[in-house]
Amino acid sequence: MVVTVAAACEGAVLEARGLVVGYRGRRVAGEIDFALVPGRALALLGPNGGGKTTLLRTLIGLLPPLAGEIRLEGGPLADLTVGARARRIAYVPQAGGQAFGFSVRETVLMGRLAHQRALAGPGPADVAAAEAALARLGIAHLAERPVTGISGGERQLALIARALAQAPRLIVLDEPTASLDFGNQGRVLAEMRALTRAGLAVLFTTHDPNQALRHADEVAMLASGRLIARGPSAATITRPRLQHLYGCDVEEVVGDGRHAFLPGSATRP
Amino acid sequence: MTPRLGLAAALGFLILAVFLALSVGRFPLSPLELGRAVWAAVTGTPSGLPPATSAVLFQVRGPRVLAALLVGAGLATAGTAFQGLFRNPLVSPDLLGASSGAALGAVVGILFGLPILGIEALSFAGGLGAVAVVYAIGGALRGGDAVLTLVLTGIVVGSLLGAGIGLAKYLADPYNQLPAITFWLLGSLAGIGVGDLLPLALAVLVGIALLLTLRWRMNAMSLPDEEARALGVPTGALRAAIVVGASLVTAASVAAAGIVGWVGLVVPHLARLLVGPSFPRLLPTAALLGGGFLLLIDTLARTVAPVEVPLGILTAIVGTPFFIALLARTRGGWS
Repeated sequence: MVVTVAAACEGAVLEARGLVVGYRGRRVAGEIDFALVPGRALALLGPNGGGKTTLLRTLIGLLPPLAGEIRLEGGPLADLTVGARARRIAYVPQAGGQAFGFSVRETVLMGRLAHQRALAGPGPADVAAAEAALARLGIAHLAERPVTGISGGERQLALIARALAQAPRLIVLDEPTASLDFGNQGRVLAEMRALTRAGLAVLFTTHDPNQALRHADEVAMLASGRLIARGPSAATITRPRLQHLYGCDVEEVVGDGRHAFLPGSATRP
Repeated sequence: MTPRLGLAAALGFLILAVFLALSVGRFPLSPLELGRAVWAAVTGTPSGLPPATSAVLFQVRGPRVLAALLVGAGLATAGTAFQGLFRNPLVSPDLLGASSGAALGAVVGILFGLPILGIEALSFAGGLGAVAVVYAIGGALRGGDAVLTLVLTGIVVGSLLGAGIGLAKYLADPYNQLPAITFWLLGSLAGIGVGDLLPLALAVLVGIALLLTLRWRMNAMSLPDEEARALGVPTGALRAAIVVGASLVTAASVAAAGIVGWVGLVVPHLARLLVGPSFPRLLPTAALLGGGFLLLIDTLARTVAPVEVPLGILTAIVGTPFFIALLARTRGGWS
């Protein structure tokens, strides 16, 4: 069931070909080919330890690939400086690692660092971009609050606003709904979806196949060190594939012309 | 308090501390005398005051006040930068061995009976050398978390330097050298003369200027390394530059004044209470507060008792209850 589509997509923002990722020569995952295009969201699914984080770190240039290549807007990713990369790819980490209580506005302004000269501070254009990002995510009223003093959902929105202020072509989100409550998951994913409507390419990882079904155009499934499936979400996320991916029983719930998946079985065997 | 007001408060505190420090002492000067002497010096006209007054002001008290301002501002700025860089509220500027290296250099200088300038030069070189060794070892051990590796290397090398200081004290002549070594390790500005000011000012001001230049990148440098790099910040180069700036300041401070603890640890917290955690405003506030704080401590040191009280003892007496109060207030988190 190996699906390696030759992803020679015209107009791709980011393209991976024959990519092998890992740490210090130790291979974690390989046979990875895909493309990210403007206006579309790709969800990366896979069990813990399957290589999702390693792949993400490689794609945003924090880890050199062991083999294969990554092309950003047609050129090799490795050729770009840290600053040039940050002007094209923004990264939204899992919220919660903030040591200092910087205000939400100061946090969003950090997204403009890649657009400033080496030692300069923010100019009027940077402040305007940060304010626009705050307004767009509906958190302008939180601008003066410390990021350590707002809810997890609001913090995640602040980090997405920071990514938006970076004015990138691609936004990469690492489990954007991890440790968020039910309502905030919906809010954050809706805002993430809105980014694609503005023409951005989006890549996110998730533990919930239903999020991929609902909020991603395409899905890539990463297990035991390779991409086992890749394609449009609705067609690719199937019960047998999920059972294979997570090694557990999966129940499919159908109704109202849509379907969703539940892990495990309702009754003990 | 708004950040702008906080910065103004820090500046006001510094100016008050300068006036107090210039006025009090074994030879008290009234504000009027102070004003006339300074006015006379600025305009070059005779002040009409006894010559002893201007001698006290410009030869004795003035240099000492300037040295306290430089050392206090430097240590506070370096401590603030390090607490951000290492994302830890208990970090002070001696984390990477700058203080222990400088102390070992000074102690060895005393042991070999070097002149005072030689002791200071050896101390400065020792401080920078220790940090260079820590940084080189930390870089060679690259793995996982670069910052954590650096911290652990600093602790290990620091304790080795401590053993070296202990050995030097053991070998020292107990009647002349040992008291001098002890006095150095407790910190004092009593011996500061006009001649010590220039090298101290040069190293400290270059260090502070370097750190202030990087202040717009320091918010991002206090994030996890990967997050900062994804924001377009070249973390490796900036980390090295921050370490160079902080070490320059710390080594020069120890070379001139011995080990002055607590300033680099406590003042950053105080500054954060005043203006919040954002570095573009925090760093200058910490510099002003640190200068004023050490100047007050040094004024106490030379007036509170018939003999000079070592700075390290006073900063510990003032710093400990202050820090405990701060911990109670913030419950161990970031203020």
